[in-house]
Parts: sequence; C-alpha cells; structure tokens
Amino acid sequence: MITLEVDGKTVEVESGSTVMDAANKLGVHVPHFCYHKKLSIAANCRMCLVEVEKAPKPLPACATPATQDMKVYTRSEQAKTAQKGVMEFLLINHPLDCPICDQGGECQLQDLAVGYGGSGSRFNEAKRIVRTKELGPLVSASEMSRCIHCTRCVRFGQEIAGVMELGMAGRGEHSEIMSFVGSTVDSELSGNMIDVCPVGALTSKPFRYAARTWELARRKTVSPHDALGSNLTAQVKGDTVIRVVPFENAELNECWISDRDRFSYEGLNASDRLLSPMLKIDGQWEEVDWAVALDHIKEKLISSNIKPERIGAFATPQATTEELYLFQKLIRALGSENIDYRLRQTDYDVRPNGYKPWLAMNVSDIENLDRILVIGSNIRKEQPLLAHRMRQAVKKNDASLAFINPMKSDSLVPTAEDFLVVPSQITGLLGEVVKAVSLLLDRSVPEGLDDISVGSDADRIAQMLVSGERKLILVGALCRNHPDRSKIEQLSHLIGQLVEANVGLLTEGPNSLGAEVVNNLPGSDGLNAGEMMSTALDAYFLLHAEMSEDSCAPGLAAGVLKSAPLVVALNAFKGEVSEYATVILPVSPFSETAGTFINLEGTPQSFGPVAPTKGLSRPAWRLIAALGKLFGCTDFEYQSIEDVRAELKDHLDNFRGELQAKYEVGSIEKQRRSDVQDEIERVSDVPMYSVDSIVRRAPALQLTKEAQHDFVWVSSDLSIKLDISDQDVVRVEQGENHFDLPARVDSNLMSSAVRVSMNSRASKVIGGVAGTVRISKIQSTGALA
Amino acid sequence: MSDEKLLSADAYRAIDKEIAKYPEGRKSSAVMAALAIAQNEIGWVSESVVEDVAGYLDMRPIAVWEVATFYGMYNLEKPGRSKLAICTNLPCALQGANKTVDQLKLKLGIDFNETALDGSVTLKEAECMGACGDAPVVIINDREMRGKIGVSDIDALIEELKAR
Repeated sequence: MITLEVDGKTVEVESGSTVMDAANKLGVHVPHFCYHKKLSIAANCRMCLVEVEKAPKPLPACATPATQDMKVYTRSEQAKTAQKGVMEFLLINHPLDCPICDQGGECQLQDLAVGYGGSGSRFNEAKRIVRTKELGPLVSASEMSRCIHCTRCVRFGQEIAGVMELGMAGRGEHSEIMSFVGSTVDSELSGNMIDVCPVGALTSKPFRYAARTWELARRKTVSPHDALGSNLTAQVKGDTVIRVVPFENAELNECWISDRDRFSYEGLNASDRLLSPMLKIDGQWEEVDWAVALDHIKEKLISSNIKPERIGAFATPQATTEELYLFQKLIRALGSENIDYRLRQTDYDVRPNGYKPWLAMNVSDIENLDRILVIGSNIRKEQPLLAHRMRQAVKKNDASLAFINPMKSDSLVPTAEDFLVVPSQITGLLGEVVKAVSLLLDRSVPEGLDDISVGSDADRIAQMLVSGERKLILVGALCRNHPDRSKIEQLSHLIGQLVEANVGLLTEGPNSLGAEVVNNLPGSDGLNAGEMMSTALDAYFLLHAEMSEDSCAPGLAAGVLKSAPLVVALNAFKGEVSEYATVILPVSPFSETAGTFINLEGTPQSFGPVAPTKGLSRPAWRLIAALGKLFGCTDFEYQSIEDVRAELKDHLDNFRGELQAKYEVGSIEKQRRSDVQDEIERVSDVPMYSVDSIVRRAPALQLTKEAQHDFVWVSSDLSIKLDISDQDVVRVEQGENHFDLPARVDSNLMSSAVRVSMNSRASKVIGGVAGTVRISKIQSTGALA
Repeated sequence: MSDEKLLSADAYRAIDKEIAKYPEGRKSSAVMAALAIAQNEIGWVSESVVEDVAGYLDMRPIAVWEVATFYGMYNLEKPGRSKLAICTNLPCALQGANKTVDQLKLKLGIDFNETALDGSVTLKEAECMGACGDAPVVIINDREMRGKIGVSDIDALIEELKAR
C-alpha cells in the first residue's frame, strides 16, 4: 500500500495505482477525456494534468504512478493553468455549436468547457473538417469534426469488443478515426463506443436528434434479451422509451451492454403494438372491449365443451417470473398439466433429482477461470457479455479456451482451440472425453464407454481439462435445442465431476430459471411443448409466444393452432399471432410492467415499469389474475404485484438452495462417435437478432449483417462438391419437406454441415430441428423461383 | 478468399526475414517493413496491399491502415514513374529547401502530392532523412538520395527523371 496526499487529503492506494485512482478513491474529480476505468491508459488528451510536488511540470494523473508520500494538487494555480491550456487546444478544431449537436447537454467536452474553457476563442483561423464516416446502421459517425482523438473507441474495440474495427489513420492534424475503407462496425458490442465517446462524434443512429437529455426520465430496468440480465437505464420521453444505456453492475454487465440490449427498445414502439383486445369475428379481426373478449373466452370454453386435458399452454422465457407463476397456476386451476416454456427444445427429458439449468457459478468469476470448454455455442452471439468475460479470462489468466462446435468459433481469441463435430457427433466425442479423462486420472472407465477408442481430439480436450484449477464446461444453445440434449448434459456433468469443473448450462431468454423455479413445465401426465405442437388440442393459451419464430416446429405449431377452436394469445404485438389466434389480449412488454427475471447465475432481479401501459393493454400478471377470477378459480385475488410476490416468496427463497443440488449422473448409455459419412447434417441456430418478439421488431438491428438469416450456409467442401456458390438457389430437403433458399458459402462450417437457422423462412416448412438433410442446387444466381 | 497471391514469392520471403527479427508471436512488428516490401513491388500501398499484409501478419486491416497512413513514405495513391520527395524540415529549410520546392512546383506545374500530366514525376513533401549535412535533400523512389539540391539543379533533375 502507498500513502499519498491529494489536495491535502491523505489516501492509501494499492501499489501500482495511478494518481487518478487515488483521486477517484477520495472522490476528487480530475477532468479527463481519454481515461476510462475499463480501458488501457492512453494519456493522449492531456486534460488530467495535475501539479505534483517536486515535479518540474504538470503530469497527467491517469498515467502517473502514485508513489509514497507524493503530494498532488489537482486545483492549484499550475494545475488549473495547464488544464485551461489543454482545453483551449482541444477546442481549436472542435466546432463550437453545441446547440445543434446531438450530444449537447450530455457531453463531457461541453461540461468541462464550461468549467475550464474561455468565454471566447482566440483562434480565428479555419477549423479543420473531417468527412463523415459510414459505420453501419447502429453507430453514427456523421460528425467526425467533433472528434478529439481520445481513441477510447479504438481501445474499446481492441480490448473489450475483441476486434479492432476502428483505428486512427493519419498523423497530427490529419488524424481521423475511421474504419478500414468501406467496412462497417459489426461487433455485437459496438454500441458501447457511443457511450465511451466523450463528445458528439460517435452517436446512436436510431436515437439521433430524437430528444434532448433533459427531456428524458431515466428508469432502471433489466434486459429481457439474454440470460445475463444486464442492468439497463431506459430513457423515456413522454410515454415512450427512446433510448437504452447500461446501468453499471460490476457483477453482471459492468458498464457495457450488447447491441441487442441497447437497440431493441425500438421494437417496443413497433407499428403492430396491440392497443386493444381483438376478437376474430367471421374471419375478421375486430377491436373489442375487455369484457367482450374475456366473456368470449369463457363462453367458448364452455360452449365448445373443452375438456381440461385438451387445453395446452405455451409460454416463453421472455415472461416475468410473476407472469409464469400465475400462468401455470391458471392452467393447472383449469385442470390441465399441459404447459411448457421450452418451445425451441426437442429433448424434454427431466433432469435428475430436480437439477435446474444454470451457470453453476457467478458471472463475475468467469474472468478468474483458467480452463473453459464451450460445447455447442456461438457464445458471442448467444451471450455477448459472457464471451467478453471469457476473453478477459484469457487475457488475465492466460486461460485455455476450447470449443466443441460444428463451426469454427468466432471467439476473437486467437489461442482458442476448435474441435469440429457435426451435431450428431457431440455425444460420441463427449463419451471419448469421459474415457480419456478417466484414464488420465486413473479412474475406472464408466460401463458403456470401456470399448470405445479415444481419438486425438478427445485426448487433447481431456489433457486440457485435467490440468488447471478453476474450470468451466459450458453447454450452449446448440446442445439445449439438440435432440440429445439430456445425454449431452449427462456426459458434460460426468466430465465435470471427474475433473472438478463447474458445468454451466446457458439458458434461453432472460428468465428460463424463473420458469423452472415456478414450474412452468408439464406435470407428470401433461404434454410437453413438442407434444402440444404435434397433437391437435382444443384450446391453446400463448404467453408472449410467437410460435413461428419462438418454436422449433413452426409449421407443426401453426397447423395445430389453426385447427383449434380457441387460441388465446397474450401478446404485445399483433403481427404474428393474428395468423392463428382466435382472441388476442394485449399485454405489456417488460418495459410497462413490474416483474422479476432470474438470470443464469441465479440472481433474481425485480424491476418496475419504465413507461405507462399503451392503449388498453395491461400487464400480463393482472390479466392472468383476471382470467382466473373469470373462470371461477379460487385464489386469484391480487391487488398488486406485491401480492403475487408474497405468494412466490417461498419459491424465491428456496431455489438458491435447490441450485446447489448435485447432478446425479446415473448410468451411461453406450456411446460411439458416428463417423462422418456422406450424409449432410443441418446445424440449426437461433440468430442473434431473432431471439424474441421485441428484438425481431427493432428496425436498426434488423438492418445489420448479423440479422440476415434467410440463407443456407454451406461449408466450403460441400460448395465445391455440389458446385454451389454464393446466391445460387439451393433446395434443402429434411424429412418429407423441402424449401428453396439462396446459398452462402461459409468457410467456418464443418465440411459435412450446412446451417439453416431456426428462424429462417425454411424452418416454417422443414422444421427447425437439427438433423440429416439433402442439398441440391436448383438454380444458379438469380431470383427465387 | 482467393488462393492467388498478391506479391511474389521473393517478397513474402523478404517479409518472413523481417518477421524473424522479432520475438515469436510479434509478427505485427514487421508491418512497416512488410508495407515497404509490398510497395516496392506493387508501386503503392493499395487497399488490397493493406489487406494482404494484414492477413499475412495476423492483423486487422485497420491496424495496418493506421501505419500506412501515419508515415509519409507509403504511397497511398499510385505515383508517377518516379517519386521525388523533398525534405522541408528545419535544416533543409534553412539551406533554401523552400526555394527548391518553388522551383520544382513551377517547372513540373504541380503541387505536392500531385503527378505531372505526363505521368513522369510525383512530388512529395518529406520529413528529415537524417542527412542534414547535405541539405536540402531529395529522395527518388524511396531509395536514391541526392544532396545539396538548389534551384539551379532542378532542370537537370527533372530532365533525368522524365527520361526514366
């Protein structure tokens, strides 16, 4: 520890700290632009010059190491003169037109110019002009003359996003921040560049000139788009959320959020937001009163003589814990056990002894790991900020990172190892790893695995896992939606128990754990999601679910829904559900209701509404309670969300304990890794910007490259073998069905694999599940037939 | 990505030699040399040169672009048959470099960073080349240095370059 004095106040800091750290600890503000606590030190803006006793000239606080008995003066005459001088230089080329700048009112340069700048400029020459840059649909760089070259955006790209997309070209007065000729900024974390930019050079494209900062109310909420539960500040003008920025939470998202969390708010204001209950009368949708809609449901349930076991219910993990709790309570009160939230899964086997899917560790501890094995996940797309934590683990601890995937990982970690398998080979490879690990540790090989041979891949994975101390095996979305999900989880847990690694399951949406905790799952004689999609029932209740996008079998689901006499859709948007629903009840999205999400590390986070409800729409928990009362079910008297939470209290108090339950591995089925044959296997992913109904309606995100998913991605080998090139039209046949889509050659895919996303148009016909497919070229480049 | 190489095998060998000068895993340290080698062969640092060098050194293209735009010796546009760069830093300026520059501009009919209409000469402004004893200094095609170039030497110099 070092003791020093800043502005006459004594402070103790760790050795290796800077003067800036010491000042921050004391709460002394030193003006700065290029310094950012999460980025490396550049010391290029010079704004933080301070006076240090015995130093002949002012020193930059951000880059000066604190030393024992140092005396620092941040507001002495010398320091102030230096800071004023720097400010005058910074303003030489910076336009002095704050009133027309989008950053005006929330600009660090503007704020500091008021404090340290002159009232007029002595610079009468021409200012330099920097041309607008085109960086894609999210980040606007149309006022680059405002840039003060702090290089925060460049360092953010290199150090946090993991990919350098912006750089500072030129020299001296000719320096310009730019991307490489014509390329856009495509990182899934790019929006954070807007936050780190201290001036109005990089701004949010969707938000530009929509409001002034002082018109906005700021309300804290939780992101509903991935399992991390990033903390957000929603900025609201009038009744509308018009910007989302991170709310710092060191345990979860630090000061970052993904672009999905940041820009998806646009979906909340989509043109098909429901403002009124709707009823299909003679094939026409009509807006009706609440009473009419609710009476219709009740009347239909009775008049069509719908039996309890003929009622099915689909929820998505986008729903809050309160909603999911009441939803299952309602369905069970109606006498049905047919309820499920696992709409994209295909293997519904129950986990042993009540084991719940979760990360099995804290998010913030990922940085301290030294061995990470990811199975079946494009982690950057699935959980962008977990990928960032993993990159930090590699950077900080030199952690070994390996992937078992059907495509080369895109982890932005050069040292990461890829072990390529097609989906059907995952269990086989894991079986080999079990055996290899057992042999390395001198344990007996589990029955069923003793006669398999261990390949070199499995051996390398085993070598990696038996060494090291803090380990994580992470099972991702491709495994979750895999027909052999439970086997993959079982083998992963077995490996984890052998090598003493945490086994984390990446969960879907913001609240899968919440759905598990309140048992939004079929009862023992109930139907699971898959069965409800393949068995035509008489009545369906849908909570936030848009079955053609949120399910693994959109075609099947649409079929059974269209034939059912009663389909009640509780949704915020009309577009999708109007194709098959008979009644649509407008419910609030997360932004207009109070609720709780339980994230993948098991932290429940409650939030309140950030905006008033729109039109006649109501929070889903209120509506479900009303339905309960309407159907004459007992115990549906809830005055406020607190009443619901009081009833949930036991669940919420106990589940942390349940999470600690050990996964009982049980006996292992005989495993053999199938050989790669002539068969082509489909990889079915959920595209990053298709995960939920709000994201799918966010126009700016849908313009990104990442959002374009109506393609068949063909591996390079297959493209040569079948003579397929980009934009050829290709027929994908799976089972009985086929669909034609334009092709894209993807050199990262494993040789015998093609990728057709679960949300592509093709899935509505051929289904969304991984499996064997046949591929043939229909037509060389041209329009779709 | 196409399999066709942008540069000759000799050029890549020369780049490999530069890479070998740095510790393992520090390939990117050879970026300046690699750009110079590529420019020597292609004549200028085009976008495809930047991409190729970036791919070869495991760098992001923008990182190579930063280097290429920082230093004056890389031609970011295709130059004329000869590139004539003249130092305008203090020692050269004290020895009359500015008069030499004026004469060059007058005789060639171009400004800095422009190429004579017949495509023979591109005029560039250079930074100190460390030969101040011979000020004013010019350098031809990054390789051939001439010292003490006064106004009276210009006609002969231009004639020589036009003949190339």
